[in-house]
Amino acid sequence: MGPFIEVVLGGLLAGVLYSLVALGFVLIFKASGVFNFAQGAMVLFAALSLARLMSDELTVAHYLGAAAVLGLAVGYGVVAAWRRLGPASAPGPRVGWGVIAAFALIGVAVAASFGVRGWPGWVAIPAAAAIMGLLAVAIERLVLRPLVNQEPIILFMATIGIAFFIDGFGQTIWGSGIYNLPLGIPKDPMFLLESVFDGGILVNKLDIFAAAIAGVLVAVLAVFFQKTRIGRALRAVADDHQAAQSVGIPLNQIWIIVWTVAGFVALVAGIVWGSALGVQFSIALVALKALPVLILGGFTSVPGAIIGGLIIGMGEKLAEVYLGPTLGGGIENWFAYMLALVVLLFRPQGLFGERIIERI
Amino acid sequence: MASAQPAAGATRASQGPAPAPANAPLLAVNNIEVIYNHVILVLKGVSLSVPEGGIVALLGANGAGKSTTLKAISNLLKAERGEVTKGSIEYRGERVDTLTPNDLVRRGVIQVMEGRHCFGHLTVEENLLTGAFTRADGLSATRADLDLVYSYFPRLKERRSSLAGYTSGGEQQMTAIGRALMSRPKMILLDEPSMGLAPQLVEEIFEIVARLNKQEGVSFLLAEQNTNMALRYAGYGYILENGRVVLDGSAGTLSQNEDVKEFYLGMGAGGRKSFREGKHYRRRKRWLA
Repeated sequence: MGPFIEVVLGGLLAGVLYSLVALGFVLIFKASGVFNFAQGAMVLFAALSLARLMSDELTVAHYLGAAAVLGLAVGYGVVAAWRRLGPASAPGPRVGWGVIAAFALIGVAVAASFGVRGWPGWVAIPAAAAIMGLLAVAIERLVLRPLVNQEPIILFMATIGIAFFIDGFGQTIWGSGIYNLPLGIPKDPMFLLESVFDGGILVNKLDIFAAAIAGVLVAVLAVFFQKTRIGRALRAVADDHQAAQSVGIPLNQIWIIVWTVAGFVALVAGIVWGSALGVQFSIALVALKALPVLILGGFTSVPGAIIGGLIIGMGEKLAEVYLGPTLGGGIENWFAYMLALVVLLFRPQGLFGERIIERI
Repeated sequence: MASAQPAAGATRASQGPAPAPANAPLLAVNNIEVIYNHVILVLKGVSLSVPEGGIVALLGANGAGKSTTLKAISNLLKAERGEVTKGSIEYRGERVDTLTPNDLVRRGVIQVMEGRHCFGHLTVEENLLTGAFTRADGLSATRADLDLVYSYFPRLKERRSSLAGYTSGGEQQMTAIGRALMSRPKMILLDEPSMGLAPQLVEEIFEIVARLNKQEGVSFLLAEQNTNMALRYAGYGYILENGRVVLDGSAGTLSQNEDVKEFYLGMGAGGRKSFREGKHYRRRKRWLA
């Protein structure tokens, strides 16, 4: 019994890691109907930004630039909140940009005065998040806006381009080695329930940490999508771009928001994957494992992404351990895709995907 | 017709949102030309105006340019690669042709699109709430307006928690109009509310439009193919053909006009004519604006 539970638990926890990547896909697909091929690249980019800002090996310009981006994001948040809470006293566009620019300069000044290199995690994580936000703005301006109201396949092709660009761009500015993330996330194995089973159950602390993060993330996202004004608008845009525009939902802003949120999710996934494997190019390929998770869970369901990840993670570990000896091993590499194929045959919208509404 | 001079409009706009003179129309479309994809000329100089608190009908056959006119006003045209290349659109004396749909909704102009376009995977109530996206006057005001919409459309209250995609065509049309109401509009651009609905439902929808107009003071610009129904509820009408206004007048005059009777109401003076004769007649009496 002990080994079986150990395999199941190990599989579930590995599945959580897949779910974290799949979540980013779901967000963008839900809100814009676009399958974002660049999600894996975003995970890599976020992890690289974070790892390199925490190191002290880059040029001063890197750190000052990141500080400016962080200041920009804080300034933007301040101005946006001001406009929302007190529209009467809010600054006009020109003053607003002035305030934002001032924040950026303050960011640079603070970074310069504190000795720029090797940021601690609590500064580097917000900075990486701000960089993902800026990336979202750039993607919206340069790629999505000119392609508004085009076929989904065209937007999909565009995201393939984005993926290649981000892969190259990230490695150009941050470096292309293997870096570690000194966030102090525990990685050592530990034993659970030693009194119940002989020798206990071996789990990795990192996996438990990842599971906790995923749980929090899903709860936050669920509330965001179901209960908030912006979340509702995101779902509206997913259903019908034009109608959403007609009721005054600005598509450009919505896309920036959703790509930013997907960027945050990519950052979280990057932290967890980067801690497990080290920050290196191969985490961009983790996205491929997220595909069967999406097919299983449904492209439009946040809980689906989580449960799909758990099923796939558990399934491939169980298959490896119990079918491996008879089938010759290596099952872990293809099991997920076989499962996805079966799901496509019998339930193409996935386990939790939105029902395809057809009225006759 | 559109009486606001372009020069007067410009000075008024530069002085900020000063209240327009009492006789100025709420919405004035001056001689606009619309081109799709840089080549397809759809509107060839359409002018019309909507007075404050009025219901104005925009009539015409398929492809006459009714929807394009509405989308030009609400600025949904850009998303379809269409462009207003000539003329101007003024709302309360302010040029609005360069604003985004979001800006227009904030100013009180909202379009209810042809074919309803509800958000199928959202519940009816969530659909209505999306209409309040642009508002910044707090949750309680939104709630109050939700009750108002339910008082106009009691049927929506019963179906508030079902997915809009599973409701009937009439309920979807009501949802679409209710959703627009949630933005507190001064003017609704209503595109073919009768499309695909049973005659009894069409009547019900138009009845509600009339009530909204009277009780809430919402002005309507109504694009319709159902000429008979539209002229019964509208105060004034424009007839579009091939991207031009070929005839306009009060609803009473229009419905008495021999040509309108012949072409749009199907009751010409000489009794029923064959389709071939109709085509011939149409060619002979070509209307040019």
